[in-house]
Amino acid sequence: MRDALNLRGNHALLTAANPLAKFAAVFLISLVLALSIDWVSATTALVAELALFPLAGLTLRLLWQRAWPLIIAAAIGGWSTAIVAADSGAVLLDVGLWSISEGSLELGLGFMLRGLAIALPAILLMTCTDPTDLADALAQKAKLPHRFVLGSLAAMRLVGLMAEEWQTIGMARRARGVGSQGNPFQRVKATLGQSFGLLVQAVRRASRLAVTMEARGFGGGQRTWARESTYSVLDIWVVLGGVVIAAGAVLAAVGAGTWSFVWR
Amino acid sequence: MPVIERGGHVRPAAITAEGWGWRHAGRATPAIQGLDLRIEPGERVLLLGPSGAGKSTLLHALAGVLGDEEDDSDETGSLLLDGASPREQRGRAGLMQQDPETQVVLSRVGDDVAFGAENLAVPREEIWARVHEALDDVGLRTAAGGGLALDHPTSALSGGQKQRLALAGILAMRPGLILLDEPTANLDPAGVLEVRDAVGRCLDKTGATLVVVEHRVSVWKDLVDRIVVLQPGSAGNGTPGVLLDGPPEQVLSEARTMLMAAGVWVPGYVPATRARRTETSAAQLLLAAQDVAVSREKPRRKGFRTIPPVPVQSDVSAQVRAGQALTITGPNGAGKSTFALTLAGLLAPVDGKVSAAVELSEGAGIDPFKWKADQLISRIGTVFQEPEHQFVTGKVLDELMFGPKHLGHGEERVDELLERLRLTHLVDANPYTLSGGEKRRLSVATVLAAHPKVLVLDEPTFGQDANTWAELASFLSELLDAGTAVVSVTHDQEFSDVLGGTELRLNPAARAASRQEAGAA
Repeated sequence: MRDALNLRGNHALLTAANPLAKFAAVFLISLVLALSIDWVSATTALVAELALFPLAGLTLRLLWQRAWPLIIAAAIGGWSTAIVAADSGAVLLDVGLWSISEGSLELGLGFMLRGLAIALPAILLMTCTDPTDLADALAQKAKLPHRFVLGSLAAMRLVGLMAEEWQTIGMARRARGVGSQGNPFQRVKATLGQSFGLLVQAVRRASRLAVTMEARGFGGGQRTWARESTYSVLDIWVVLGGVVIAAGAVLAAVGAGTWSFVWR
Repeated sequence: MPVIERGGHVRPAAITAEGWGWRHAGRATPAIQGLDLRIEPGERVLLLGPSGAGKSTLLHALAGVLGDEEDDSDETGSLLLDGASPREQRGRAGLMQQDPETQVVLSRVGDDVAFGAENLAVPREEIWARVHEALDDVGLRTAAGGGLALDHPTSALSGGQKQRLALAGILAMRPGLILLDEPTANLDPAGVLEVRDAVGRCLDKTGATLVVVEHRVSVWKDLVDRIVVLQPGSAGNGTPGVLLDGPPEQVLSEARTMLMAAGVWVPGYVPATRARRTETSAAQLLLAAQDVAVSREKPRRKGFRTIPPVPVQSDVSAQVRAGQALTITGPNGAGKSTFALTLAGLLAPVDGKVSAAVELSEGAGIDPFKWKADQLISRIGTVFQEPEHQFVTGKVLDELMFGPKHLGHGEERVDELLERLRLTHLVDANPYTLSGGEKRRLSVATVLAAHPKVLVLDEPTFGQDANTWAELASFLSELLDAGTAVVSVTHDQEFSDVLGGTELRLNPAARAASRQEAGAA
């Protein structure tokens, strides 16, 4: 978790862009893709996104490591749509209750591609954006309250610690005779107990961290920023890129005659 | 506003307490009361006193982080910093607490140091100048100190480095008062010296006032010029407030007996403990580790492949024998705790094997990691470093009865343990509300209630006062003589001297070697 959020070693071009510009581009693409259920717009966006990988320092290997549950979920979603959706066109495969037709296959494929095309920009954003830079941009540029933004940022650091703590508490409780064995009821009880232990530790840690932050003067009205969040020419290109990908996807689908709004 | 004089000096702060007291919200008695104390600008004070004397409360108050006007906590008398309330003077005092993990706020070293200065609205250029200076001052930028870059991830620092980073963050605020609340209690001996020396250097440079709370007097004795001993505030009837006050040598000689009785680690004092009987050489083998490689991480899934974790330590062999002590030592990061947990059947070894002799396993199988939880506790008991991790009920008595109830026997032993570890008066208390020493004694008692033949302890003496230390060491020496095997992970030489037995020293150098192997494979 902590390693995944660490950008050290990633010097790709998009790491230098302002997080808000990247966020705007991602938002545009996701919005457009959420409007239609055809496969042409999804494929167009997907191809464009794959082309952006090097700019964000993402590789297919890294993508698979970080997002394999998402990719598998998209594949399963697409597959089940293909076999369950109402048949239309020639039937390609028929196994009793389930059948795959040209129409349902197209729908399933579109579903899978769109799932990936919507998820990928978010993964790209995470790959090339440091949480601290994002917080800086949110507080300085988007003018969100700094108490909220910096509080969340500091709390996020504790999430990684909690993963380690969960493991330690699990072992510590096994050493007391609370095991993950027995019937489902006992297991649920053991997990609840472990969660309570984690909750107690999380609250203690959080209150100590709050004291640390307050003792460093956090929570006052005026504050300065050691890191200035700035926009550059690159950010214009990032937003423009988002517009081009979104518009390209729509135009391709309309041109191919496959564009269909989800609500129709 | 902090007043900055050039050349690194700050205007040191003065502290005046007049009949000051504080009751926390929801508590019946005040944590501290009737405190009269004056600390002159630039003085360096070591604050001592039994647990419950309100030392931390005083430091929190001076840091201006104690309570709000809204909650129902209660303040009496006055406590002033340079004649004004500490709460209204952000950045005038900087506070370091015990747990290194919660002293770090942000994820990059430079940003973390800058955090306090940002909050005080210091101009940007000035902030970075201060960040560089502060990191130099605490020695984190020298090659020996780690040579850290500004974007170094704070999660990759050792405990001692984290505490020095916290000190740098405090220094960047240019405070007139530095408050340290048991800053080295969670550190290994090397980390303790790192932090102590960094504090000394920074004080020499800035001339700030210092108030430090710490059990281990010898660490701070030469750095401070005054020792103040507080009375327990909750004791109520006696005269509360300051008990003793003066230069270190004077206080330590005048009150040596009293301080020792209060469990303070006075220099040159090793508490008396029960001596061990001579060990029998042909003791029964209970548990053995052979060429074991250990890691806390589970095998990872990378796509469809399963990758074993990189071990923190490999090729370790050890034998655990009835009635004999095994002490695991070595610097931080050597995988001492990880090895102990693997030996205790709580982690699966990455390589090699841990096997239990028939005398220990009694039909449960050879591999302790495969034992069921209730099979494990009656054979190998493990006491974790943080007692709270092991509490599973809401009452001290239930906590002790928990193991015997699950096993269906051994409940008669509970009273004896309560008595022996001085917990009888606490049977109805909530384990989480106990003091540090009480929690430690309880965690040992709960594990022993299941009557294991092997006892594994992870840093049992960390942060303990001298009284708890002596009780624990004596109690374990008794257990050893009665035939229990005791495995302890510790930095504490005096403690391992009391227990005797064999020492297993682990060095982190093995880590680099095993990394290379893993990379080559």
